[in-house]
Amino acid sequence: MQTLRYILMRLAKAAVILFAIVILNFCLIHAAPGDPAAVMAGEAGASDELFLQQLREKFGLDQPFHIQLWKYISGLLQLDMGYSYRQDAPVWDLIMDRLPATLLLTGAAFVLSIVLGVVAGVMAAVRVGKWADTAITVAALLLYATPLFWVALMAILLFSVQLGWFPSYGMESIGSELTGFRYWLDVAHHLVLPATTLGLFFTAIYARMTRASFLETAAEDFVKTARAKGLSEGRIARRHILRNAILPVVTLAGLQAGQIVGGAVLTETVFAWPGIGRLMFDALLQRDYNVLLGVFLISSAMVLLFNLITDLIYLLVDPRIELNT
Amino acid sequence: MKKALLSGLIGAAMVATAAMAEPKSGGRINVVVQPEPPGLMLGLIQNGPTQNVAGNIYESLLRYDKDLNPQPSLAKEWTVSDDGLTYTFKLHSGVKWHDGEDFSADDVVFSADVFLRETHARFRVGLEHVESITAPDAETVVFQLKNPFGPFLGMFEAGTMPIVPKHIYEGTSFKDNPANATPIGTGPFKFEEWKKGSYIHLVKNEDYYIDGLPYLDEIYWQVIPDAAARAVAFETGQIDVLPGGSVENFDVPRLAGMDNVCTTTEGWEFFAPHSFMWVNNREGWTAKPKFRQALMYAMNREFMKDVIWNGYAEVAHSPVSSKTRFYDTDVAKYEFDPEKAKALLDEVGYDGTPVRILPLPYGETWNRWAEAVKQNLDAVGVKTEIVATDVAGWNQKLSDWDFDLGFTYLYQYGDPALGVGRSYISSNIAKGSPWNNVSGYENAEVDQLFADAALKASAAERQELYTKAQAQIVEDVAAAWLLELSFPTIYRCDVKDLVTTAIGVNDGFKDAWLDR
Repeated sequence: MQTLRYILMRLAKAAVILFAIVILNFCLIHAAPGDPAAVMAGEAGASDELFLQQLREKFGLDQPFHIQLWKYISGLLQLDMGYSYRQDAPVWDLIMDRLPATLLLTGAAFVLSIVLGVVAGVMAAVRVGKWADTAITVAALLLYATPLFWVALMAILLFSVQLGWFPSYGMESIGSELTGFRYWLDVAHHLVLPATTLGLFFTAIYARMTRASFLETAAEDFVKTARAKGLSEGRIARRHILRNAILPVVTLAGLQAGQIVGGAVLTETVFAWPGIGRLMFDALLQRDYNVLLGVFLISSAMVLLFNLITDLIYLLVDPRIELNT
Repeated sequence: MKKALLSGLIGAAMVATAAMAEPKSGGRINVVVQPEPPGLMLGLIQNGPTQNVAGNIYESLLRYDKDLNPQPSLAKEWTVSDDGLTYTFKLHSGVKWHDGEDFSADDVVFSADVFLRETHARFRVGLEHVESITAPDAETVVFQLKNPFGPFLGMFEAGTMPIVPKHIYEGTSFKDNPANATPIGTGPFKFEEWKKGSYIHLVKNEDYYIDGLPYLDEIYWQVIPDAAARAVAFETGQIDVLPGGSVENFDVPRLAGMDNVCTTTEGWEFFAPHSFMWVNNREGWTAKPKFRQALMYAMNREFMKDVIWNGYAEVAHSPVSSKTRFYDTDVAKYEFDPEKAKALLDEVGYDGTPVRILPLPYGETWNRWAEAVKQNLDAVGVKTEIVATDVAGWNQKLSDWDFDLGFTYLYQYGDPALGVGRSYISSNIAKGSPWNNVSGYENAEVDQLFADAALKASAAERQELYTKAQAQIVEDVAAAWLLELSFPTIYRCDVKDLVTTAIGVNDGFKDAWLDR
């Protein structure tokens, strides 16, 4: 009961925050130089006043700012995210069209980095000071410090160009007309490089975080007690230390999960992955206001949602934590 | 003697192989399209990527060979009356739209007179000279002009006057018609599928009105947003054709040097991309003609050509490209001469006020180019700063005249009346567009020369007027001309007959075939 009350309160707060975000985004985007009509006219290579005027009227850009804002918000309240004049389609359809590809990529990267990161962190911690620990720590530091796009390009050069193991771009073999299991195998084959690249950074963070937290917990009295009781080292590591050491990792995982919609712009661009990050980036360059606002809205909603979920997961991991609204 | 004989034999052998190569039908081709087009309805959108793809779906009445001579397309023959006022086109018979409806002269009249008049800014310029467009019968179209208009026969290119289906668009709101998402044309390829962010799939038009054409079964236009990734996709064999400009210049020599890879700079004659910097003629130091001349002498354009464009360019000496008609070969040239530049700067008493350079935000090549200009100008003592923007910001700054030097490149469209005059005549000065006379150059004599030249029917008379206009504009340095650009098309050598017209891959897949 208390949990339900807590969730409802949090959702109500989230709605207020979301509303503020929408208004802020709307103002920021309109403050950027240029507008969609000018960009579209620019691309046509030739334009006159009439052409620009037609476009602006069609987009509703000829109206005063506050009326545009009001129209957008009243549309949102009716669950209408607007229309992309550039792509000639409702924003909702555009986003839903791209969302699965992004969720597949970021989801795979998320799972990969948590599993790899935690395993590597524990391995380093139980062998603290030995060569395995040093190797893992150095590797994690390197990955943490290397820019994502560079890793991506190097991965393409090595695994696609030199070794020819994985395709360098796209989500499927275009025009191959595969179906069923073979299709998913093909997608998985395409997924390996981008998901790994995207996951490496967080893998490094999880590894470092897990190692530090694990070592700290291992020094606590209750671990000594467990050992004195005669429990096996493996059981102590899993049930006693890791369970207590995992809280900071959960916090970070909540952060990464928040980026699940909007966090893969670079990876999607380099690997030509047809996801939402590219939709957003293109929309930004083209000043496609409605699409950009739509993607922002969905991603900020995701961040709020995952923050809430993270807090609920704390409860599961450590029942001593109390909910407090 | 023996050597000569031998080379003669080799020559004969080569002719023989060329003659033996009969086009083969079938096959699939993978092409890069960059950036992803906003739409494929060519009557509404005419930007580069849209025309790349849709130029194979839609057609116009004519095509143009690499010397810009008209060739048949939807029109099989045409006549121009001696007074240059009546253009009569005979259309192919048996032409069908991709949805199976019959194509007729009514579609042409509707497209030119109704549809494009409303939607196509560049086409409207030509329409101003048109008195009437009529269809005496189903296979004849007559354009009656108010006055002779020199470049008129150059207006029947697919991107300038795409023919759209009347039965789909008549009486509807053109821009909101749901059919825009599934374009219907008369061209050699039909629209099949567009997976946004990934690819556009075109398939062979089995009912095409020329027997045997096209040869290819299908084309996949693939969207790969990163320039380096596009180069890799070609290297690894996933892509067969990189249309001009789809990879960075510094990658071109590496890709061109691969086995079984051919390049050509042909297929851009109609566009003849001409790069220059708008020079703000209104205010600041750039408003002084002598200062502008100093800029021209300060720039080492040979270096820009060889290093930044890897030699795929020529120095531009005039507002008219040497690759199209009416270029004056004797036009005065500003050679690289830093001393002369310094002398001119002293003469005008330049005080060191910084000059703002606005690069074109089209990728690495253009950034490096702006840096080269900065270096040249700094060397003669002109202080400069580079203003970084994205495309929308660049648009806005040029449209608001908020610049000193602004990079751009423009298409020439085969005739100075279509592609050159617009940048220099004073009636075309207006805020709000980066495509008019952005420099703000005003010269009544030049205005008159362009106005007269467009209306003359004889090429000789037009040449005389354009020669005078070029001399004046070059002396005034209305803009700082840089290079006549070439965008090499890079493709596998077993793709044959890809670039056969003045617009290259934009309508090239009609004749292309695979020798595999």
